[in-house]
Amino acid sequence: MARTDVQLMLDVKAGDEESFALLLRRYRAPLVNFLYRMVRDTAVAEDLAQEVFLRVYRARQEYAPSAKFTTWMFRIATNLALNSMRDSRHRKMEISMDQTTDTGEDDQRPLEVPDRAPSVEQELVRRCRAEMILKAIHALPEKQRAAVLLHKYQELDYDEIASVLECSESALKSLLFRAYETLRVELAPLVTPTVRVDRVPVSRSGRPA
Amino acid sequence: MKYGEGSEGTMFGKESSPKQCAAIESKLIAYLDGRARPGERHAVEEHLTSCGSCRLRAKEFRALWSALDDLPSISPSPAFDASLRARIAARPVPQGFSQWLPSPRLAFALVALVALSVWLSSVPSRDATNPSVAASHAGQVNPASQVSAESDFGMIRDLAVLENYDVVSKFDALSELPVPPTASSSEATKQTRE
Repeated sequence: MARTDVQLMLDVKAGDEESFALLLRRYRAPLVNFLYRMVRDTAVAEDLAQEVFLRVYRARQEYAPSAKFTTWMFRIATNLALNSMRDSRHRKMEISMDQTTDTGEDDQRPLEVPDRAPSVEQELVRRCRAEMILKAIHALPEKQRAAVLLHKYQELDYDEIASVLECSESALKSLLFRAYETLRVELAPLVTPTVRVDRVPVSRSGRPA
Repeated sequence: MKYGEGSEGTMFGKESSPKQCAAIESKLIAYLDGRARPGERHAVEEHLTSCGSCRLRAKEFRALWSALDDLPSISPSPAFDASLRARIAARPVPQGFSQWLPSPRLAFALVALVALSVWLSSVPSRDATNPSVAASHAGQVNPASQVSAESDFGMIRDLAVLENYDVVSKFDALSELPVPPTASSSEATKQTRE
């Protein structure tokens, strides 16, 4: 039976390096994805994710299972992401208006054009939807963004998310409501059911058949 | 009678008040998540039966969550683990007594400062052996011109053998010296020495 996060972390505290490797394998991808969706930069996201694991490792001697491991880990990640975005805003203020700002498209790979047109179209649609969603999430205020990512993609409980964001559960639920309300409007083309128009068959003369 | 938005609202009659809608907001997410308490679930369901706009909102929230699933995941780079281990190795966690040691640069700076302090404290102070300055410390006036003149003879004055007149005066060999000059000339010589 797989060890729990707490058991693994206590083993890391006792000096078991393999347990740390297991924690790394377990949370490497979720952490990178959470941070990427926060900062929209793959290189920064990986750097921040490594910093999270580095801090977890360095704090192993003082570790006490007073909270869930994911709460602790995502609190570190959220704070690092917020600090990174704050620093990034300060740097961007110094960039001249003529320079192109980061639009988050650094991870777009060149589209390979296969022979079959429908695959290209499907890929384009998929990328377009993903970019729309990412852009809408990134447009949210930082705390709402973190709340949505932790709720929707990391599936943390409300008390966990509230602990990460250092707010009450009721404040968190209001935060989530406002965030999803904004996304509902921004992503209306993806959300609102399309209006179906019943086509009336006509004859060649143009009159209804 | 007011009707809700959309065709569904007209089927259920009167629109709920904004205050009732606001009261449901904080409960709606938990309700859609399936995590609402029984009392909350009942309150939301009762409200949704009478409020078309909230009913539409709940429907679109579900559609939104489904759309958000379309966001693809990214994979960490192949070098992620190796890079992390390099960072861990570059900054090992201090253990035991070594955690109290400062960084090398700080340690060097502290050692240099201590050495400088020791050297400065070992340099003999001129003030302690300079009679004129000692007198000034006792409260007497010490004009700047007198200090500068005194400093000119400082090298000679600081020689302990010349100050120790008792030793010189008791030196037996001096008795074999020729008769000293007259009192007036010896007085002038004495004043010159001072």
